[in-house]
Amino acid sequence: MAKMRLAFFKFASCSGCQLSALRVNERLLDLLDLVEIDYWVMVSDLRREGPYDVAFVEGSITTPEEIEEIKEVRRRSEVLVALGDCAVTGGLNSIREWMSQKEAEKAVYENPLAIKSTSVRPVDYYVDVDVYLSGCPPSTSDIVEVIKDLALGFPPRLPKYPVCVECKLSENECLLLKGVPCMGPVVKAGCGAICPNLGRPCEGCYGPTVDPNTESLIEKLREAGLSDREIMYKFRKYAGLTKEFRREAGL
Amino acid sequence: MNRRVYVHYISRVEGKGSLEITLGDEGVRELKLRIFEAPRFFEAILLGRPYYEVHEITSRICGICPVTHQITALRAVEKAMGVEVPEHIKKLRKLMAIGGILSSHALHLFLLALPDYTGHPNVVAMAKEHPDVVKAGLGIKEAGDSLIELIGGRSVHPVSTVVGGFTSIPTRERLERFKGELASAKEAALKVSDFVFGLEYPDFERRCEHMALRKRGEYPINEGRVVSTEGLDISEDEYREHVYEVQVDYSTAKHSYVRGRSSFMLGPLPRVNINFDNLSDDARELADRCGIKFPCFNPFASNVARLLEIVTLLDEAMSIIEEGGLEGTPRVRVEPRAGSACALTEAPRGLNFHSYEFDERGFVKRASIAPPTCQHLRNIELDLIEYLSDYVNESDEEIARRSQMLVRAYDPCISCSAHFLEVKVKRE
Repeated sequence: MAKMRLAFFKFASCSGCQLSALRVNERLLDLLDLVEIDYWVMVSDLRREGPYDVAFVEGSITTPEEIEEIKEVRRRSEVLVALGDCAVTGGLNSIREWMSQKEAEKAVYENPLAIKSTSVRPVDYYVDVDVYLSGCPPSTSDIVEVIKDLALGFPPRLPKYPVCVECKLSENECLLLKGVPCMGPVVKAGCGAICPNLGRPCEGCYGPTVDPNTESLIEKLREAGLSDREIMYKFRKYAGLTKEFRREAGL
Repeated sequence: MNRRVYVHYISRVEGKGSLEITLGDEGVRELKLRIFEAPRFFEAILLGRPYYEVHEITSRICGICPVTHQITALRAVEKAMGVEVPEHIKKLRKLMAIGGILSSHALHLFLLALPDYTGHPNVVAMAKEHPDVVKAGLGIKEAGDSLIELIGGRSVHPVSTVVGGFTSIPTRERLERFKGELASAKEAALKVSDFVFGLEYPDFERRCEHMALRKRGEYPINEGRVVSTEGLDISEDEYREHVYEVQVDYSTAKHSYVRGRSSFMLGPLPRVNINFDNLSDDARELADRCGIKFPCFNPFASNVARLLEIVTLLDEAMSIIEEGGLEGTPRVRVEPRAGSACALTEAPRGLNFHSYEFDERGFVKRASIAPPTCQHLRNIELDLIEYLSDYVNESDEEIARRSQMLVRAYDPCISCSAHFLEVKVKRE
């Protein structure tokens, strides 16, 4: 079997998704029997121009240059995987969509004129995306699973049900019922409910589940003592631009 | 005759940076280390957010060093709210921070930097020739990642950390059991030490100010006094009086200087220089036979310093677990109040500065963050200018190779720095 040719690209992001991929650690050398790394600047000097079998794209698109670059990546790739929230929904970067560009620039830079930054957009705003790997970051096992599925020619199978399913499987006591403001019911699974497992409410870092009942959750969050502003901020964190959350996030 | 050398996209570092070098007959005319990372405006997106979200958001500044951005933010928030966390929380945070540095150092040293010295384009090629070295490195990284997971639940962007402590802390049994993993990581580090020390590091020294945290009786990471090789000795609250940022006209990157002096270096080499007496016995023994005399001002020696830190931090993690006293209430209550505070910790790459102001309900009014890469960017440039002056007659490729090697020795974390730099997006 010919090795699958992989590429990793970074846009506006923290590299955490690439790090989650590298978290395979000792299994990295085994994985390299399956795949060939054609482009991954953080890891290698080699830069093959493609075509790539699979391109993993981390980060949201936020500058005019990045818009051109993502189109080029699409042209060179058979399969394009949006890797992580920034690429899938705009992620944390999207929080600044609720302030004016001038406001955001002035808070960080003395001379905002030098900044060339446009709106924060997920990758599929500009190009077609074949596989969505949610999470901030996506779990290492999901990344490996997707690589394996693609190498074997399967469409990757990732959960679409809410975190509550995984939380129940972990036999946790429901945090919401205890009055802790948890986003679990409206958020997509895949993390293994790691936060509720440790007594921390879900913050929503895998983005919205299918057809979430946000209205009912908002009632529960109010009962848990959150102000309307805090509730709005919970939706305006990892996935505020999505159609499922944008109303709740105040768009 | 002027000659220009461009490195368009520096590889084997975190993030997107480029280098533009103009050479004249007498040496380097002009040198610009540019960041073309898209800005992410962290200080802006924090405005108005509640105090309990600050560390969760700043974690996303960087996927390599999320632990340091969490702990620095948590310490600053707790200080502003007038809360002191109990000793066992501090120790668990130190263990988690050690995990962060182990993971980051192993990634940098074995996966990104060593191929420079073995003449390979990447770790994949290096692994074919030196499989044992790469395996040892990955094993150390695994121990670091697992240590973060043990305390924080996840290695990239830990989840159990909260203002006032943790939502849940590991049992003594789990910590005790983990000592075995730390011991095998140490064994791996000792085994590759001869290899790492035996590599040929360029002979280059430039005396500059080295700065790090200092504390008696421990290798300080999460707190300490700020001490430098030029006599600085101040508290974190005095930091901004002594270290200031300036905007420079040729580049959009802010540079940091010590008041009345010059740029400075942060990270593993300054830490070893300043805390040499705090190294563990085994780490000091290694230092004695590494072929380098400390204090050392050769930036390439950072790679050796990283290995010494790996050993001393593994020793320290094991002794923290052995000493015990890691049980107790997972978190203390924090009531929001108006206030402001700053905190400084040692990120894998050096001093990480966070400063915040909150209103009476605990919402962020002001945020200011200066990660290490941003702070010593100017120092990298000054090193490069002096280092390359001996090689002006070499080919473009050789100059590009040598300069990337020096930049890499600093292990720059560009995602971190970009959000706080004046960024100019420019592609040649």
